[in-house]
Parts: sequence; structure tokens; C-alpha cells
Amino acid sequence: MNGYLAILKIRMKSLFQYRAAALAAIMNQLFWGILMTMIFRAFFSSTSASHPISLSQSITFIWLSQALLQLLPWTIDKELESQVKNGNVAYELIRPLDLYTLWFVRSLAMRLVPTITRCLPIFLIAGWFFELQPPISWNAGVLFCLSVIFAFFLSSAITTLVIISLFWTISGEGIQRLLPHFSLLLSGMTIPLPLFPQWMQPFLNIQPFRGIMDIPCRIYTGIIPEADVWIYIGFQLAWIIGLVLFGQWLMKRATRRFVIQGG
Amino acid sequence: MLFWKLISVSIRSQMQYRASFITLCLAHFLSTSVYILAIGVLFDRFHIVKGWTFYEVGLIYGIVHIGFGLADSFARGFERFSQMLIQGDFDRVLLQPINPLIQIAVHDIQLMRLSRSVQGGVVLAVSLSHFSFTLFSIHSLVIILSIIGTASFFYGLLVIQAAISFWTLESLEIMNITTYGGLQTGQYPMSFYDRPFRLIFTFLIPLACVAYYPIATLLHHESIPLWAAAIAPLSGIIFLYLACQLWHLGSRRYHSTGS
Repeated sequence: MNGYLAILKIRMKSLFQYRAAALAAIMNQLFWGILMTMIFRAFFSSTSASHPISLSQSITFIWLSQALLQLLPWTIDKELESQVKNGNVAYELIRPLDLYTLWFVRSLAMRLVPTITRCLPIFLIAGWFFELQPPISWNAGVLFCLSVIFAFFLSSAITTLVIISLFWTISGEGIQRLLPHFSLLLSGMTIPLPLFPQWMQPFLNIQPFRGIMDIPCRIYTGIIPEADVWIYIGFQLAWIIGLVLFGQWLMKRATRRFVIQGG
Repeated sequence: MLFWKLISVSIRSQMQYRASFITLCLAHFLSTSVYILAIGVLFDRFHIVKGWTFYEVGLIYGIVHIGFGLADSFARGFERFSQMLIQGDFDRVLLQPINPLIQIAVHDIQLMRLSRSVQGGVVLAVSLSHFSFTLFSIHSLVIILSIIGTASFFYGLLVIQAAISFWTLESLEIMNITTYGGLQTGQYPMSFYDRPFRLIFTFLIPLACVAYYPIATLLHHESIPLWAAAIAPLSGIIFLYLACQLWHLGSRRYHSTGS
């Protein structure tokens, strides 16, 4: 266990070096948030019908997703990718560590650092100047944080799965190209999931990406009543367990059919 | 011509990995389609927004994505330009007797990125089928000019992004606001946005002039004379010209890193 914690710590330290990039990303996300707010205001201004979520809830959804954007499983660790491609992964197998857990922890570090550096400033700026509402209650705020923690694990489980898939696809560029756009859409970052048409809801409600953004947002805005929160956190947990077990199984299969070429 | 020769070399080299190329095209097509899906979802719920219907927005969306895709396919060299400066590869470019701008443009052509244009083309065609525009008319002329203007505009942004590397090699991620942010901004009608925002994107960064004003005039959403709407996309070409001038200005103060 200590070994994995050490790797988490070292990866995080090295990722914290990119401060200029973080500043640029914050500017970028503020622009994006302001733009999306204007677009949603335009859409809501033309309607008097009632919708599953209000304008102010939508704006809160937008800012929460901008603050937590880096939580999305949209990129994979480039070092791990090249390890699989150039065969250096063989060295990793020699280490007395479980490869799946190692990759999972690295993915986790890759998600945690950019999110931590970027979310707080965006939260503060959006809260002061751009209509990000506070959580509906203290309890909702605490439960939101808890749900975000589970979202980190869920996101890392998906990322790890994508890296493992590289064993089969080699270049894997197809999946890597699709991943960011579909995770943006299916997690509810582009458009809050409650605004999707009714007939899509049964599908949207069961897919794992929902656990990354949609569920924390719904808890924060109180769309999910406090009493039901545990069902949704259970949903996140179930997907985490399912994806981790699936990933470990795939990893076992992949390492069994390994052929290291040359040396 | 040498330019076309360089392009055909680049195309042939990419066609060597045909299966991978087709997969990538398909993936790019699907992933860029996500954005029209999102707009469709919103219009499915809200029907008419500030007087605009889904297919009217589809015209603007289609033009902006076709234009962005065209610019994006020849963008790789400019995206990597700061790396090129750091590693000293720009010296080699300067030694060759071809305009450096053209060399960089055809440096690594990403044909795959044209799938975004195909996606935009599909949206444009479907949207057009809901209007009674005739093929040979001022309408189609305006649309064609608008596509040319949009492609030039986005290409101008990329050239500026690269030109800045002559002055600073600091992280330029901030420029993503203008390219991808411009794409996101441009795919909705400008009338959706607040006034200061609209003014910036009309006069400072002429994004509104290349696609929004021409189409909004055709659809009678803006009361601008038709001739003015037809020449508005030219601002995209002027923008590209100015961007190239900036680039030349920068390249004149370039000093090799040696080695």
C-alpha cells in the first residue's frame, strides 16, 4: 500500500510543476463558462414552459462542470501509452507491484492535480461574479464533495481501462479521439443531462459517465433529495467496482498473452 | 506547382496506413458530430430561440465547421511551430527556397481532420434542404464566400498563434480560447450573446463577419443590405493577410539558437 501512496505522491509533485498551464486553463474555462452561460440564457429567454431544471440551476451545472473539467477521463497518461507501445511495460511487470493498481494510481494522480489547482479559483470567481449558486444546503455541500471523490475513482477506472485497451489496438487513436467528446456529452458537461429529451433518459441514467459529473451536480443543486443521495453514490460505487474488476480481468488476459520482442 | 506536389506527397504517405486512416476519419467525424447533437438536444426542448430555428442555426454551424475543418487540416505545422523554434528546425526551413509560411502549412497535412468539414457539410446540406434557396443565386454565392471567409479567419488565428512564438515561447494554451473558443462561439448566432461580446467578435476578431452576418441577412434576422453581407466574409481574408504580416514581422527578428 505504501508503495502506491508513494507513487501517487511523486506523480502529484511532478504534475504540480505546470503552473503556467494551470493559469491558461483557468482563463480558458472562465471564457467557456461565460460563453455557455450566455447561450443558456438565450435558450431559456425564449420559453415560458417549465423545464426539468431552471436557468439558474443550469448555470450552476455549467460552472461546476467548468471547475471540475479536468475530472473527465479524456486523456490518458502519455508515459504509460509509450510504455505499452515501446515494450518498456515489461520492466514494469518485474516490479513487485500489481500493474493494474499502479496504473490506476497514476491515472488518479493525473486527474487529481489539475482538478485541485483549477477548481478552487474557478469556484471563487464564478461564485463571486458569475452566478454560481452555493449548494442547496450544508449537507448537500458535504455530500457533493463525497460524490466528487467517488467521481475521481470512477474516472480513473475508465482511464485505466482505456490504457489496458492499448494492448489490443496498439495505436488506440480511435478510442482516444472519441473519448473526450463522448465523455463530455455523456457526463453532462456539454448540456446538463436533465435537459436531454425524455426518451434518452433511461439510457443516460444507467451509463457510467453520469457518475462523473451529473450525479455530483444534481446533489449540489438539490435535484436529488438528501434522503436519496445514497442510492446515487451507490450507483457510482457499483460502476467503480464493476469497471475495476473488468479492468483487472482484462489486464490478466493481456499479460498472459504478452510477447516481449527482443531485448 | 510545387505546392500541389507537396500536398500530394503528404496525401500519399498517409494513405499507406489506410485502415488506420479510415478509423481515424470515422472517429473524428463522430466526435465532431457531438456538437450538433448537443445543439439538437437544446432545440428539441426550446424549439425557437431568439427567432432562430434549428435549421437556421444549422446553416451557421455547417459553415463554421466546414471552415474550421479546412483550416485545421493545414494547421499541424503551426501548432508545432514553437517546438520547431526550440529545436532549431526552423533554420532548415529558412534555408529552403520556398516561402517558409507555405512550407509550414504543408509540413504535416492532417487529411483526417477534413472529416470535420464533411460533418459540417452534412449539417449544412440537411439544413439547406429546409429552405427554398436556388442553386445559382446570391444565396449560394454568399454561402460559398462565407465558407472561404471562415476558413481564412480560422487559419489566420493559427498563424497568429504561431507568430507569437517568435516573441515568447511561454505556454500558449491561452490561444486555445481563440481557436476552439472561436469555434464554439461561432456555431451559435451572435445575437445569442451580450453586446460587448458581440462587438469584440465583430470588430476586434471578425468572427461574426465571416458566417453570422451573411447568413443572418439571408434569413432576414439582421437588417443589413445584401451586398454588405456578401462582402463581409472578405474580412476573414483580410484577417489572414494581417496575420501573415505579423508572422513576417516576427520571422524578421528571429535569431537561430545555434547548434
